[in-house]
Amino acid sequence: MAKHKISVTINGAVREAEVESRLLLVHLIRENFAMTGTHVGCDTSHCGACTVHLDGQPVKSCTVLAVQADGCKITTVEGLEQGGKLHAVQEGFTEKHGLQCGFCTPGMLMTTSALLERNKNPSELEIRQAISGNLCRCTGYVNIVNAVQYAAEKMR
Amino acid sequence: MIPAAFDYHQPGTLAEALKLLKEHGNEAKVLSGGMSLLPMLKLRLASFEHLVDINRVPGLDYIKEKGGNLCIGAMTRQATLERSDVIKSKFPILADAVPLIADPLVRNRGTIGGNVANGDPGNDQPAIMIALGATYVAQGSKERTVAANQFYKGLYDTALARNEILTEIRIPMPPARSGGAYTKLKRKTGDFAVAAAAVQVTLGKNGAIESARIALTNAGLTPVEAVDAGKYLSGKMPDDKTLMEAAKMAAAKSSPSADVRGSVEYKKEMARVLTARALKSAVQRAGAN
Repeated sequence: MAKHKISVTINGAVREAEVESRLLLVHLIRENFAMTGTHVGCDTSHCGACTVHLDGQPVKSCTVLAVQADGCKITTVEGLEQGGKLHAVQEGFTEKHGLQCGFCTPGMLMTTSALLERNKNPSELEIRQAISGNLCRCTGYVNIVNAVQYAAEKMR
Repeated sequence: MIPAAFDYHQPGTLAEALKLLKEHGNEAKVLSGGMSLLPMLKLRLASFEHLVDINRVPGLDYIKEKGGNLCIGAMTRQATLERSDVIKSKFPILADAVPLIADPLVRNRGTIGGNVANGDPGNDQPAIMIALGATYVAQGSKERTVAANQFYKGLYDTALARNEILTEIRIPMPPARSGGAYTKLKRKTGDFAVAAAAVQVTLGKNGAIESARIALTNAGLTPVEAVDAGKYLSGKMPDDKTLMEAAKMAAAKSSPSADVRGSVEYKKEMARVLTARALKSAVQRAGAN
């Protein structure tokens, strides 16, 4: 089974790797690139803890092959902060207590930051629908919704 | 979880993809959105020596009206369908269904071609395509079309040959006074249907039903078309009693199996209830009084 040389732009930096076909994108990020902000939760494309942006779209990185990301732009939770300043969703989750154990948080941040790119003023229903592929077992989602609304206001 | 090893191919053209399929025969599998295939490989429920990834084959991602049909390219993502104006305005049956498929992140990757070609009776779009009278375009050594209601042969078994790729879905544009609906019962986001019903109706000038097509999701090894119920409705006024009777006939055609989603009896009853609701909504949308 041949290995593949791939090159991706991750959080603005070009990184190369030689990967097996079956390597998953989440493992490329966590193991090859040693960026452990992206979590593996269910590993069966249900929980969304592994959500990253692939060419701007939030996707579950446990269900994309690393080799499929060749030439693509990836943003992980480590890429949200810019120049020492937290992204509005990160600030929102902090201010509104949008997490308890924090395991789902990287995925939540990636999904909701993508939502706010597309929709500057989402309703509560739209926020809840957007995060329906991201499971949180702690918060009951109320504070997550509050955090996203805080971020939306901040970004307007 | 990590899939068994395979060789990965990333063809840049359809011809190249077809050549790879021909070369590797039964050992090859087409990878589109990967939202069903990759989990199956990871769970080791399936394994293939070769994956032929068609994500970079150009010209398979489109929604356009042509020759009385809505033509949808196989690589069109569910998220694209969800935001499509023509689907919102003319195909309420799809507008109902797409937001109920998996979750928004999965819909960013998952494709309509994968959904209909996979042959999983839990997928939503096969029943919808049967209700809409759609045909699928298969590219192999030559191009051919297969009607959606002739496509599904068994569990993960379809009319698509090993050396063929499903490239386009053609849905006839509905005539005036048409309406459709999809009703789905699922336990939670991301789950497959306990039961679901796809209905497309056209009314005549006098308000009677001119034609009706009903198909069920997760009601057997393949999507189930309730042909008798559709025929029963033809020529009748769409009153509640008639719609309820058709729903009963449709549910009688379902043969679900018992699993974590419920017993056979429960699923059949849900198929009846959901068909009745879909019929009601479809005739309303078609402009019935």
